[in-house]
Amino acid sequence: MKIAITSAGTEMDSQVDPRFGRAAYFAIVDTETMAFEAVENANVAAAGGAGIGSAKVVIDAGAEAVLTGNCGPNAERTLRAGSIKLYIGVTGTVAEAVEGFKAGRWQEAAGPNVGSHFGTGGA
Amino acid sequence: MGEARVIAVASGKGGTGKTTVATNLARVYAAQGRAVQYLDCDVEEPNGHIFLKPRIDRREEVTVDVPEVDAAKCTGCGECGKICQYSAIVCIQDQVLTFEPLCHSCGGCWLVCPVDAIEKKPLRIGEIETGAAGDVGFVSGRLEIGTVRTPSLIASVKQHVNSDGIAILDVPPGTSCPVVTALRGVDFVVLVTEPTPFGLNDLKLAVDLAREMGLPFGVVINREGIGNRDVETYCQTEKIDIIARLPDDRRIAEAYSSGKMIVDALGEYRDRFLTIQNYLEQARK
Amino acid sequence: MANAPKEIVVISGKGGTGKTSLVGSFAALARGAVLADCDVDAADLHLLLAPDVKETHDFVGGKIASIVSDKCIGCGRCKELCNFGALALNGPANDVVQKTYAVDPIACEGCGVCVRFCPVEAMEFNDAVNGQWFLSETRFGPMVHAKLGAAEENSGKLVSLIRKQARQLAGQRGLPLIIVDGSPGIGCPVIASISGADLVLVVTEPTLSGQHDLERVADLAAHFGAPAMVCVNKWDINPEIAGRIEEKAHRRGLQTAGRIAYDASVTQAQVAEKSIVEYCDEPLRKQIASVWETAVAALETATDTRRST
Repeated sequence: MKIAITSAGTEMDSQVDPRFGRAAYFAIVDTETMAFEAVENANVAAAGGAGIGSAKVVIDAGAEAVLTGNCGPNAERTLRAGSIKLYIGVTGTVAEAVEGFKAGRWQEAAGPNVGSHFGTGGA
Repeated sequence: MGEARVIAVASGKGGTGKTTVATNLARVYAAQGRAVQYLDCDVEEPNGHIFLKPRIDRREEVTVDVPEVDAAKCTGCGECGKICQYSAIVCIQDQVLTFEPLCHSCGGCWLVCPVDAIEKKPLRIGEIETGAAGDVGFVSGRLEIGTVRTPSLIASVKQHVNSDGIAILDVPPGTSCPVVTALRGVDFVVLVTEPTPFGLNDLKLAVDLAREMGLPFGVVINREGIGNRDVETYCQTEKIDIIARLPDDRRIAEAYSSGKMIVDALGEYRDRFLTIQNYLEQARK
Repeated sequence: MANAPKEIVVISGKGGTGKTSLVGSFAALARGAVLADCDVDAADLHLLLAPDVKETHDFVGGKIASIVSDKCIGCGRCKELCNFGALALNGPANDVVQKTYAVDPIACEGCGVCVRFCPVEAMEFNDAVNGQWFLSETRFGPMVHAKLGAAEENSGKLVSLIRKQARQLAGQRGLPLIIVDGSPGIGCPVIASISGADLVLVVTEPTLSGQHDLERVADLAAHFGAPAMVCVNKWDINPEIAGRIEEKAHRRGLQTAGRIAYDASVTQAQVAEKSIVEYCDEPLRKQIASVWETAVAALETATDTRRST
C-alpha cells in the first residue's frame, strides 16, 4: 500500500517533519516495493487552508495512510473524509518511519492533536 | 449644513493619534450644533468608546454568508471545490467539507452547483453597537476573536453612516485590506502622523494608498518636536497640506491614558481641532 | 527535531506601544538571532537595522482577475455576480461596444467567480504579485522582511512565508533563536504570526486603550494556544493603570516580563537609526535588558514544556 510521511527533505534518510499542513515535503512510499517519491508541499506558505491542501495532495497521491508528528483539525477532518488513516507522534527518518509502520509501532490518531496553524511556528 | 460629508481619520503607523483626533474632532462639530457621527472602524481593537463613553442603544450581531451543503442533493460533481480559491469548500471523494472560517463569501460555490445543493448559512463575525455620546452619534464594530473577516465587518459599520450629517471614521492602522475597505468612497482622509522615522516611513505608505485610491487627503502632525523635521520636509516637497499640529505634551499622554477627551481635560488645545474642522469645511469646495 | 530554533513573537494589540523599538534592542542583545519583520503592512524594523538586501523575491498572495477588453461584450454578468464591487463599466471601447467592463485591482479579491461565469471567456485569472520579500544581513544577524504593495491582500500569507524563511535560515546557520516583529490588531497577519510560536511577548502601554486591547490580544493568543507574557512600556505615564494591567495579566495566568519607563531618547535613537541599547543611557538599557532576560528565561521553560509531547 502507499503511505505518505511528512518529511523535512527529499531523501529516505530525511527527518520526519513534525507538522502536517506545512510540512516541507511528503514522502510517498509504497510499503511493498519501497518505491519512493518526494512531493514538495506547495501549502507551506499558506495563511489558511494549508492542512486541507496538504490532505488533498496525499489523497490524490493515492496514499492510504499518513505518518506525521502532529496534525491540526482541518487536515484531520479532510483526511478522515478521504478514509485515510492518520498516525501521529512519528519520529526519526522517513525510512525509520516506514519500518515502524510495518512493525505496528505507530499510534493511530483519535482526532487532531494540535490547534490550527501549529506548523507556522518554530517547532 | 445637511451636506453629506464622510471623513476618514487614518495613518500608516499605529499609535499616532487617530482615535484622539477622530473623537475630539467629532466633539468639536457637535459643540457647534452640527449633526455628526463617530464610527469606529478599527473593529479589531476599537477604542473610541473609552473616550466618548457612549450610551449604547442597540447591539446587533453581524454575520456573513457561508456555504451549507445538502448532502442528499449533492451529486459529488466537485464543481464547488474547483471554484473555491480559499479551501473553504472541499470535495473529497463524494463528500463535501466546508471550512467556514476560510470562506470569503464570494458566492462561487452556490452559483456553480448544478443541483442547487448549497444553501447560504450565516456565520457570526462580530457585532455593531450604536448609540450616542451626547450629541455625537456613535457606531462601533467589534470583531469576534479568531475570525479573519475584518473587512466585512468594517463594511457593515460603514452602512450606518447617516446621509445627512458629518461622519467621522476612525480607521485601523496600516495600509492593507481593512484600511482599503474603510477608506473606499470617503470624501477626505486625514492622515495622522508623528515626526519620527517610523512615522514618516508609514506616512508615505498611507499617502501612496490614498493616491492610488484617488482620495483627497491632508496631514495632522501629532507630538510635534519629538523627532526631526523630515515629515515636515516631505509634506512640503510633496505639496501635502499640513492641516494642524499637536504638541508633544506629556499631559496629553496622561489624559489619554485615563480615557479623557483632550477638549475636556486640556481646553487650550480645542482650537487645534477647530483648525481641522475649518480646513475640512474649506476642502469641501 | 531537538535543536529546532526557538521563536519569540512580539505583538501589541494596540499600535504604537513600542514593539519595533524593543525588537531592535532585542536583536542587539541576542546577538545571533534571525530577525523577522512580520509587520508587513507598515514595516519599520529595517529603519533601525539597515539591512543589506541579498535576495529579493516576488510574493504572490493569490490571484487577480482582469478583462481582455477586445473580447468584452458589455453584458455586465461579471459585475452582477461580483460580491466585492470590483467590476465597473469603465473600460475602453472595442469593436462591439462603446464601453467595456474593467476590474478594479484594489477591490478584486481573486475569487474567480467572474472568470468562471463570463459568457464569452473574456477574463484572465492570473497570479497577483502583491509585494516582495527580502533576505538580508544586518549587524545583528540575518533578517527576513517584506514590502506589501499598497492596498494588497494576503498579508497573512506573507507573514507565514516570512516565518518559514526565518526558520529555514536559522536551521541553515545553526542559529538558535528567531525574533519576530509582529503587527497591531488581532486579525489575519497577527494570527499568522503567533500560531505555533514558542513565546508571545505582548508590549502594551499604561492606558485604558492599551489595557482594553491587551485583553483582546491575550484572548487571541489563548485561542491559538500560544504562551504569552506582558511588558508595560512607558509605564510611568500612568503608574496606576500600569499596575492594573500587570495585576490583570497575573490573574489571567500571564507572566509579566517587566516594565520600561517613558524616555524621550527612544525617539532620538530612532532618528539616529540605532537600537535603544546602542544609543541610550543606562537606566533605560538596563530595563530593556531585564525584560529581554526575563523573556528568554520564559522561552526556555515554555519550549521545554511544549516539546515534551
